[in-house]
Amino acid sequence: MDLPLLFALVAAGAVVIYVLADGFDLGVGILFLFAPRDADRDMMMASVEPVWDGNETWLVMGGTLLLAAFPAAYYVLLPALYLPVVFMLFALIGRGIAFAFRLQTVRFRVVWDVVFAGGSALAVFCQGLILGGLIGGIPMQDGMYAGGAFSCLTFLGVLCGAGLVGGYALLGAGWLIWKTDGATQVFAREIAHAALILTMGMMVLVSGWTALTEPEVARRWFEGWHLLYLAPIPLLTLGVAAGLWKSLWSEWEVGPFLLAIALFLLGFSGLVISLWPYVVPWQVTLWDGASDPQTLGFAVFGVVLVLPMVLAYQAHAYWVFRGKTRHLDAYGTQ
Amino acid sequence: MDALLLSRIQFAFTIGFHILWPTFSIGIACYVACLSGLWWRTQRTVYRDLMRFWSRIFAMGFGMGVITGVVLSYEIGTNWAGYSRAVSNVIGPLFMYEVLTAFFLEAGFIGIMLFGEGRVSRGVHFFACCMVALGTLFSATWIIATNSWMQTPAGAVADAQGIFHVTDWWQVIFTPSFPYRLMHMVCASFLTGAFVVAGVSAFHLWQRRHLRTARTAFSMAMWAALVLAPAQIMIGDMHGRNTLEYQPTKLAAMEGLWDTGKGVPAVLFAWPDMDEARNRFAVEVPHLASLYLTHSWDGEVQGLKAVPASDRPYVPIVFFAFRIMAGIGIALLATAITGLVLRLRGRLYETRWFQTVAMAVTPLGFVAVIAGWTVTEAGRQPFVVYGLMRTADAVAPVSAGAVSATLIAFFLIYNVLLLTFFWFGARTVLKGPEGEPAHEAWRARPGPDRSAVGLATNPSLQTPQSGFQPAPGE
Ligand code: HDD
Ligand code: HEM
Ligand code: HEM
Repeated sequence: MDLPLLFALVAAGAVVIYVLADGFDLGVGILFLFAPRDADRDMMMASVEPVWDGNETWLVMGGTLLLAAFPAAYYVLLPALYLPVVFMLFALIGRGIAFAFRLQTVRFRVVWDVVFAGGSALAVFCQGLILGGLIGGIPMQDGMYAGGAFSCLTFLGVLCGAGLVGGYALLGAGWLIWKTDGATQVFAREIAHAALILTMGMMVLVSGWTALTEPEVARRWFEGWHLLYLAPIPLLTLGVAAGLWKSLWSEWEVGPFLLAIALFLLGFSGLVISLWPYVVPWQVTLWDGASDPQTLGFAVFGVVLVLPMVLAYQAHAYWVFRGKTRHLDAYGTQ
Repeated sequence: MDALLLSRIQFAFTIGFHILWPTFSIGIACYVACLSGLWWRTQRTVYRDLMRFWSRIFAMGFGMGVITGVVLSYEIGTNWAGYSRAVSNVIGPLFMYEVLTAFFLEAGFIGIMLFGEGRVSRGVHFFACCMVALGTLFSATWIIATNSWMQTPAGAVADAQGIFHVTDWWQVIFTPSFPYRLMHMVCASFLTGAFVVAGVSAFHLWQRRHLRTARTAFSMAMWAALVLAPAQIMIGDMHGRNTLEYQPTKLAAMEGLWDTGKGVPAVLFAWPDMDEARNRFAVEVPHLASLYLTHSWDGEVQGLKAVPASDRPYVPIVFFAFRIMAGIGIALLATAITGLVLRLRGRLYETRWFQTVAMAVTPLGFVAVIAGWTVTEAGRQPFVVYGLMRTADAVAPVSAGAVSATLIAFFLIYNVLLLTFFWFGARTVLKGPEGEPAHEAWRARPGPDRSAVGLATNPSLQTPQSGFQPAPGE
């Protein structure tokens, strides 16, 4: 069995789950300050409070999966992306801690609101910078990173950052439409329009810019008849976006959330087409970058035996908090 | 300063800050699980109130543990790329298993533990608390296995490029120092947790408030301390003898012993002079070190001079950190025994000076934990994998400027975090178990209520349906 391939699929799966799961709670953070009332903010935070930790754990999972299965990616990409990675971590610290402390104060709640929203937005923007740096390619020498501290910061990264902020905000709005009601839900329906426009605009810009500046990516999409059988992806994306726009004011409350997920999956598949099979773009393929067979052989038990259990009780945690969020799902309510 | 030194400072600072919270989480998670079980079985409200109180504090500490931990898992790549390149085959899967078996377990049940009391039955709540506690213990197991492999590597060989390849996973995980280090760390967490509970309840007793819960908690904590303090010292002794066998240089640095010899003295105090390779101002007890290290009057112990100076750690740090830890161990034991004596005389809850003592020793467990890890890690220098890989080869190709910038930011952010934690922790403690729930602040400040806006476009939305579902046990 081709273990590197298996692990590449698992890693891709972990990234997808991370982006979708932490995506909506980061998105709720991005929307936080736009909500008109404090009561909306309380409700928004309560809706993600029981699950955000599990969502963020997928980020850790992604990192350790790279270390275990594709160490080359880990020790080349992380120093290469040092600044955006560390600033993403700072931002995650800020928003994470806001969960613990925001509710405890009345006078300074505004401060925590800003920390939570700012942290969420900054973390997402840094993820965009990381993505942009990745697509732009990583300079390497003797198997190690060989660039400067700022070489990962590119215009493409800024575009990706704005796109991800929009996309996560869209997921967050979809989540709120599904999980809340009343005024909070109305707010989410309204703001989702802006998020959708931002997302789609950035998707177009990022795709265009990459096609213009990255010859390798352009070749994959436009060479020969490629575009013909790749065309369904952009077309489907447009279709989903149109459906999403229509669903925003419909009674199908879970609709916008599901369609936003579909939008992300399409974007992700576009990314995979552009980057496959590199773990360090244009330098190291997943087979060259994989760890020892005996290491993968040991790790595979965890993936086959433990991961399904993890998915099961994560699903269970969502099930316990099913239905609309209630105000008092907070510490030790009677 | 170069990137290596800066990275070491940054790593030592971030991991030293991180380890405070796991220590707290491991101890308090088990305590909360225990309270939840007692509440479920006995129906006594004192356990319920204590459980709610301590899970509020636990939530804050746990949050701090999570966010500082996420940083670490990436720092190993950002700052120690040389290290991760060399050892990823070995430690990668261990980290991965930690995430799979521990972090997901914690994360999957922490929501139910903290917010789910109203949604699930008491039995299920107890189960969730147990899963969180178990998660913290699994986490400790894997990470200590990783660290122990760096201390006493086994089951892997390095090739010509210095990349390690695993030959035997069993040996990689169960290295010689692993069982001792795991027991010592878990026991340290329980002991520290016990003294935190004791300190907070002593404060309430001293204030003469919340007497019902404070007495119960104080009594539980003092019983636990009475068992854990001597256990910790015994495990520490076994740990030390294991170190003597597998990391003799580190042990010699802890003891401040320069020359190999038989019947070596215990150095109570000295200033170890690295340049002259001898102790100044030494106060010694003859034969004692041989006695407790080898359990024989004339046992032989290897000194620092057995290895070249370039292979020795910086002795003063190791030497003094060890004395701080062991001193605290004895101080905590003395406190626990005093507690027993007062209890036997029936004055445990009334003796005010003892309440002051209990409050004063609350932070000592954390100090000992930091000191202990300093002994372990600084004593391993100049190697990152003991005897096999030097720290200097572990560093990442990052610029010193980038690391100094992030180091300063970490320093500022973590200090703000710590202050915030103390601020809110103190408020929770002041309010006490019988105060109002933490979020008396649900009084939302008014703002425009816009629930009517836009609804006209879709009449069916005018009666917002609530998906409210009563949960079992309500
Ligand atoms: C003895 C125990 C111990 C030690 C030595 C460490 N940790 Fe830790 N860690 C825990 C015990 C723990 C814990 C008790 O399981 C935590 C603390 C609070 C929590 O949420 O889980 C945790 C949290 C935690 C998290 C967040 C988990 C989540 O998302 O839920 C990460 C990523 C790490 N740690 C990573 C590390 C790394 C990379 C370490 C060393 C280099 C490390 N920890 C040392
Ligand atoms: C919580 C437990 C730990 C604490 C408190 C701790 C503490 C420290 C300290 C104080 C240093 C700096 C030593 C010096 O520069 O003199 C250090 C270095 C280091 N530790 Fe640990 N450590 C812990 C666990 C681990 C684990 C589990 C790993 C492995 C994966 C690890 C890997 C390293 C590395 C790579 C360095 C940098 C190289 C070095 O300076 O030795 N540590 N740690
Ligand atoms: C007199 C009592 C004690 C003795 C003899 C003792 C012994 C030791 C020794 C020999 C080590 C270093 C092991 C090595 O790296 O080779 C160590 C490490 C450590 N100690 Fe202690 N210890 C004592 C008390 C304590 C107390 C009270 C605490 C905390 C509450 C504590 C926490 C730690 C920690 C966290 C470490 C680092 C992890 C490890 O290597 O286990 N110790 N101890």
